[in-house]
This record gives sequence, structure tokens and C-alpha cells, in this order.
Amino acid sequence: MNTVWALAGVVIKELYRRKDFYVLFVLTAVMTLLMGSITFFNDPRIASYLKDICLLLIWISALVIAITTTARQIPAERENRTIFPLLAKPVTRGQVVAGKFLGCWLASGIALGVFYLFFGVVSASREHDLAVIQYLQALWLHWVMLAIVVGLALLGSLVFAAPSSNATICFIVVLGILLLGRHLNQVALQQPEPLRTVVYSIYFLIPHLEWYDIRDLLLYDHPGLRWTDCLLATLYAGVYTAMLLLGAWLLFRRKPLHA
Amino acid sequence: MNRPVRHSLLLLLLASACFTLATLLQPRVATWGQRHAADSLMKVVLGDGRRLFANHFFVQADVTFHSGYYPSIFDRDQAPKGTRHLTASPEDHEEHDHEPPDPGREKDEDHSGHACEMSFLGPPRDWIEAFGRRFMVTEHTHLKGGKEREMLPWLKISAELDPQRVETYTVASYWLRNLGKFQEAERFLREGLRNNPKSYEILFELGRLYNENLQDPNRARNVWELGVRCWDERESKKDKPDLLALDELTVHLADLEEKAGNLARAIEWLQRALRASPRPEAVQERIEDLQRRLAAGGSRPSP
Repeated sequence: MNTVWALAGVVIKELYRRKDFYVLFVLTAVMTLLMGSITFFNDPRIASYLKDICLLLIWISALVIAITTTARQIPAERENRTIFPLLAKPVTRGQVVAGKFLGCWLASGIALGVFYLFFGVVSASREHDLAVIQYLQALWLHWVMLAIVVGLALLGSLVFAAPSSNATICFIVVLGILLLGRHLNQVALQQPEPLRTVVYSIYFLIPHLEWYDIRDLLLYDHPGLRWTDCLLATLYAGVYTAMLLLGAWLLFRRKPLHA
Repeated sequence: MNRPVRHSLLLLLLASACFTLATLLQPRVATWGQRHAADSLMKVVLGDGRRLFANHFFVQADVTFHSGYYPSIFDRDQAPKGTRHLTASPEDHEEHDHEPPDPGREKDEDHSGHACEMSFLGPPRDWIEAFGRRFMVTEHTHLKGGKEREMLPWLKISAELDPQRVETYTVASYWLRNLGKFQEAERFLREGLRNNPKSYEILFELGRLYNENLQDPNRARNVWELGVRCWDERESKKDKPDLLALDELTVHLADLEEKAGNLARAIEWLQRALRASPRPEAVQERIEDLQRRLAAGGSRPSP
């Protein structure tokens, strides 16, 4: 386990050495503060548009950080040939996969923590109130969803030749699920057979990332989720992440390391 | 002359040429298109393409009004039609209201058109959908208690993007009036009128602001009468004119004249409303009542 933590530590150090996070955070902060500086109809209490924009930017930034950080991990190790001394430590390939995943997930979590702290400050300064439970649930579910995204990008980094193609495909898949995942069953029912069965099968196979997007509940001050639902969603994400990591390990185990 | 000095001089020469050309061309470039006349950043950046996004922001205002409960593009058939539900008076919904779930929202229990329109979810088709609904807004509620102000930024942005979209001004003004922001409502309606000079819808809303909120019936009368003239100009020759708008204008004018004691004038407006009203029998009854009062010599202002 120490080996896995050591590998994860390297990935986290990479996050704060690279400029991606800082650029995205500054962009989010500047855009949110610029929008916040506008007063509509002389009413400074209007807040939901600002929260909406800030949360949207946080979601985009978190996806960019999670996917780009994960997609380059193993290809970079292979390209720089640092994978050979790493595996000679001795570190098993399973530990490399686990360490990289843990590092990327924790790094995304740290970035997400900073983003949500900023969101909390913006929200509380406007509304003079913060729904702490809903806020923590939104943060937790967002981070849990990123575990699936990180797992997907890690698996993709072993399937696709270049990090850029992997990142692009991951973005398309994740955005596709977020936008369409909830409606695929509805689409399936409007199709003739056998397309209906195919689309319905995809609906049951994909990880339903859209569940973890509870921005509307947070924005419009709806009551918080039940903790059992949060737990079940966490278990669901855990199962998908484990499946993706298992797939990544099986691929990595048989993969020749020389380019 | 050595090489670095020559290079510096060349650079200076080019910079001077650029500056001279810029001073010559800038006034000409400004007259090439209409962009120079743009008075907002959005107009400069997006040009006429901004109108495409205006509807998105108008819908976003509707989504906010429903606290996030709104049909997606896959439930488009069930999406609310028109914009009347956005300006429905709170009393319309409170008639069938039960315990509101939240002081900031009003539960819409009425089974009238809009509530039925918005029951788009139906029973879940499978366990994924059933479980997924625990993470989304599934209750049809409307903002209330001052929280309606949250819709306003989206309407303002929508108006910036498409200044010719009349309903943006009328809906925003309705809520601004309800929130007690009369000056802001007037300013926004005037802006709408500048962009849509013949809009009887905006004139009607402006008249309501003067009559109901600013207690200025004379200005309301002028604005509504102008509204009727604009309606005649724009709608009277159409196969399917907007009769509802004419009905609203004329009935409000009749009310105004009745309150001012001008019963004959009120009857004239009601006779005009008779041809536009969806319930002509009710209008006819009112005309007869006014005629009786006029015959009895009752042209005093009603209390």
C-alpha cells in the first residue's frame, strides 16, 4: 500500500507543479467575479445566475483536470522510459495502475476542494447563507463521479496511442453520458428492433454520470439528498471504477513497454 | 552605418508606416459595416448570431421560475407553450394550493393546463430512471416570496441578445412590477419600446405599470390608446389577428374610463372589446350595465 501511496504522491506533486490547475482556477475566478460585478435591475441579492455560471465552470474545469492529468500518466512514463526503473523497484503493474488512479483521483479532489471553497465563498457572500449539507453532498458526488472519469481515462491511456486522442474520446464519452445518458431509454423506445435493444443495452451498460450532477438541487435551494442515496450512488461509482481499473490492469499486464 | 542601427531604423520606419496607415484607414473601416454602431459587447462579439442564443436564455429564465423542474429536449412536446404561464398571477396557482414545501417556492397542485403540461416525467420506466430521479428536481413548483428576482438576469441577457423579442420585456416587467421595482420596469419597457416602436404588447404592459403601480391613469390612457393604434396598424389586416391583446387593451381602457366617470367612452371601448373578447356575453352584460347607469345620469367616477 505504501508503494501505491508513493506513486499517488508523485501525481499530486505533478498537479501543483503544472500550470493547468492554476490557469483553470484563475479563469473560473475571473469569469465568476466579472459576472458577479454586474448588478441586474439594481438588485444585489440576485445570486442564482452567478452560482449557475460558477458551478458550470467548476464542472468543466474539473473534467479538464481529471481527464488531461490521467490521460498523460502512463504514456509519459513510457515515453520518458521512467517506467523501466519504476517497475524494477520492484513495483508491480497492478500497483502502478492503482497508484496512478489514486494520485489522479486525489489530485482532482484537491482541485475540486479549492474550486468548491471558492464557490462557497461566492455563494455565501451573495446570499449571506450556505446550505452546508447540500454543498457537501454536491462536492462528494462530484468527486465520486470523477473516480469513474479517472478510471475511464486510465483505461483509455492503455488503449489509445496518444494522450490527445484518449483525452478527446474521454471528453466525448463523458459529455455524451452527462447530456444524453438520462434519456437513452426514451430514445431506445422510439427505435425499431433491433436498434431498440442495442440502445437499451447501452443505457444499462454506461455509468450514469448524470446522477452525480446535482447542481439544480443546489442552485434552487431544494432539500438535500438522503444519505442512503448518496451511499448507493457511491457504491455504484465504486463498482464501475473497480471494473475500469481491472480492465486497465489486465491490459497493462500484457502490454509491451517499449514504444 | 552598422547593421543593428540599420535594423532599428527599418523597424522604426515600419512602425511609422503602420501608425500612418492606421490613422488613414480607421475612419474608413468604421463605415464599412454596422458593427461600429454596436453599443454592447455582445453585439460586437456575436453580431446577428446572438439572436440564436436569446431563446436559450429566455428558456433558462423559465427553468429558474420552475426551480429547475423543466422538460428536456427529449420532452419537447411537454414543454410549456407560450409565455403566459410565466406571468400568471400567484392567485391563479394558490387556488388549489396545499402546504407549500418551502417558503421560497409555491407548490403547483392545480390540474389546469400548465400543471398538466408540466407533468412530463410520468412513471419511471426502469430502476436506473427511478434511482436517477432522486438526484434531480421532480416537483413542479414556482418561485415566490421575492425569489422571482432570480429569473431577471436571464431575461436581461436574452433582451441584450435579441432586442426584438417582445415577450422578454413584458415578462421581465411583470416580475419587476411584482417585486416593487417600478423605475426599473419603466426603464426596461422604454428600452423595449425603443427597440420595438410599434409593440402594442409593450405599450399594454407600460400602461399597466402607470395605472396599477405608479397611479398615473392619464399616462396609462395615452399609452393604451397608442397601443390600440399600433394594434390596428399591425394586426387589423391579418387573417388571424392577436385578438387577446386587443381585448386586454380595450377592457383596461374601459375600466380606466369607467373609474374616471367617462361612461360613454367606456362603452365605446367595450364595444370594441366585444369583437375581440373570448367571452362576448360577459362584455355585453357590462355594456348594458353601463348604458343603464349612463341613462340614469350616473357619470360620477366609481369608487
